[in-house]
Amino acid sequence: MNLFPSSVRITKVNKETPLVTSLVFEYPERAAPGQFVMVWVPGVDEKPMSVAFDDGKSITVSVAAVGTLSKALSEKKVGDVIGVRGPFGQKFTWKKGDRIAMLAGGYGVAPLYFAAHEAVKDGCTVDFFHGARTHEYLPFADRVEVLMNTTYYPATDDGSRGFKGTSVACWVEKMGDDYAEAQKYDLVMTCGPERMMKAVSDVAFELGIKALVSVERYMKCGFGICGNCVVDDSGITTCKKGTVMDNEEVRKIAEFGVYHRDSLGKKVNW
Amino acid sequence: MTDLSVKFCGVQFDNPLVNASGILGITGASLANVGRNGAGGVTTKSLWLSEHVGHKSPVIIANDYYMLNAVGLPDGGLEKAQSEINHFIELRREFLKDFKAGSNDAVGKNAQARKRKYLPLIANIVAGKVEDFENIAREIACLEPDIIEVNISCPNVESELGKPFACVAADAATVTRHVKKVVGNIPVTVKLSPNVEDIVSIARAVVDAGADALTLINTAGPGMAINIETRMPILTNRVGGLSGAALKPLAIKIIHDVHRALPNIPIIGTGGVLSGQDALEMMIAGATLVGIGTGIALRGVEIFDLALREMADWCEENGVEKVSDVIGTVK
Repeated sequence: MNLFPSSVRITKVNKETPLVTSLVFEYPERAAPGQFVMVWVPGVDEKPMSVAFDDGKSITVSVAAVGTLSKALSEKKVGDVIGVRGPFGQKFTWKKGDRIAMLAGGYGVAPLYFAAHEAVKDGCTVDFFHGARTHEYLPFADRVEVLMNTTYYPATDDGSRGFKGTSVACWVEKMGDDYAEAQKYDLVMTCGPERMMKAVSDVAFELGIKALVSVERYMKCGFGICGNCVVDDSGITTCKKGTVMDNEEVRKIAEFGVYHRDSLGKKVNW
Repeated sequence: MTDLSVKFCGVQFDNPLVNASGILGITGASLANVGRNGAGGVTTKSLWLSEHVGHKSPVIIANDYYMLNAVGLPDGGLEKAQSEINHFIELRREFLKDFKAGSNDAVGKNAQARKRKYLPLIANIVAGKVEDFENIAREIACLEPDIIEVNISCPNVESELGKPFACVAADAATVTRHVKKVVGNIPVTVKLSPNVEDIVSIARAVVDAGADALTLINTAGPGMAINIETRMPILTNRVGGLSGAALKPLAIKIIHDVHRALPNIPIIGTGGVLSGQDALEMMIAGATLVGIGTGIALRGVEIFDLALREMADWCEENGVEKVSDVIGTVK
């Protein structure tokens, strides 16, 4: 067991959008879609980040420059050293040949792109619904579009690209009147803002489709000991029992879609 | 079947294992989940009178040999404590009702973890000043925890609060006295630091000041770990309390010494307990209850269930009918 950060050197920097940057680094451990790593910028902060890709040798994380750490990461250049621990958490899983609906909100696209990339290798087909405010907030769109056996459905609040409305509304419309085409899906996966995932969880539950939901809470240790990322009322740690959870488990989380806790353990409404 | 129950300060515990303070103790639901996984009792993270901001991450790092932490005692303050403890009591009521009905939701696979009569709550309190210890103790006592544990020994808030109260016998005694006078009949255990010259004299001072029990020991050090490529200390606080397997012999020795000096004072033993055998060793040294912290990093929250099985198996193999019979039996 090594839960100390390893020093890694950045080998590649990709500007995905003006706000989103992907960092690539060689890493000794392999990560699966849905897992996360703890990324440390010495002197700044350490936070969990979804693994956006793992090519068998290097890991990619994608960050939107919105906070102190993500801004510091966005300014990193090839050759710079950062600390990384992990990977941690549960994985997105599927069966060979599954017909999957993926619902990504905003930056939740990164781990789902990775999942789609791997799932199609197992003969799965993917309908990929990706929602954002406007077309400028749809990173990875070009990469998802070119995946085999994958259909990309962008959805924007202002209608600047694809469906006008939410990704969930787009998915529901796609299934047709009275969800006539719902039976075409074996599995649903979602990652994005919690209220959006709550809507996905509700629809999947109502239709009886198995769903995997990425439930994220404020994390410090990443290995199930500090207890900052627990949920009501089950009390389980999302870093270890999640972030990817079966919808059945998610339905038991009374706070899901309602509130989460801050770094002091105080409740904060979504 | 081996009887794993123990009595601590008059409170009945179904088994001697509890979570150490600071581990999985932020919310009522988290504590209830620790109980569902087999713990005999549960301990809150240190509760402050008002909001207290902890250190920036990284705050916890670990490897096979040890863990270093400087979380910095973050807490939401009294209102949060009230809401979480009340939530715990509500969940505990459901939990115990389910056990009686026989359709419980315990995670533990073995009979020892499932045989439940009660799930005592240990409320751990902390403050920077003596008056605030008194104030938080008074408020927390109103919530009727089964035991109050007083944290005067955290090694990683020194830059903010100065040397811990547990490092000076007179200071440790003063805090104890102020807490004791406002908590009525609730037993008080004081958590001491191993980072002192003569822990027995501090234990004695605390007991003379009215402590009903002692929690031995808090983390050691503090220690430091440096990332050699960046030459930066890994913990943002630079230093942090040392715990894990290597802490156990230190804890065993201290528990042994204090138990010899004060044989009538019950002890919550903590420090490097990773298995049922470790817990038994600590009890033989003199502990009545045994706290598990870092062990959860290695074996998951399932460690309570696993360690209980290990304890029960050992007792059976060694002809021990009641685990409480081993307490303080070191020769």
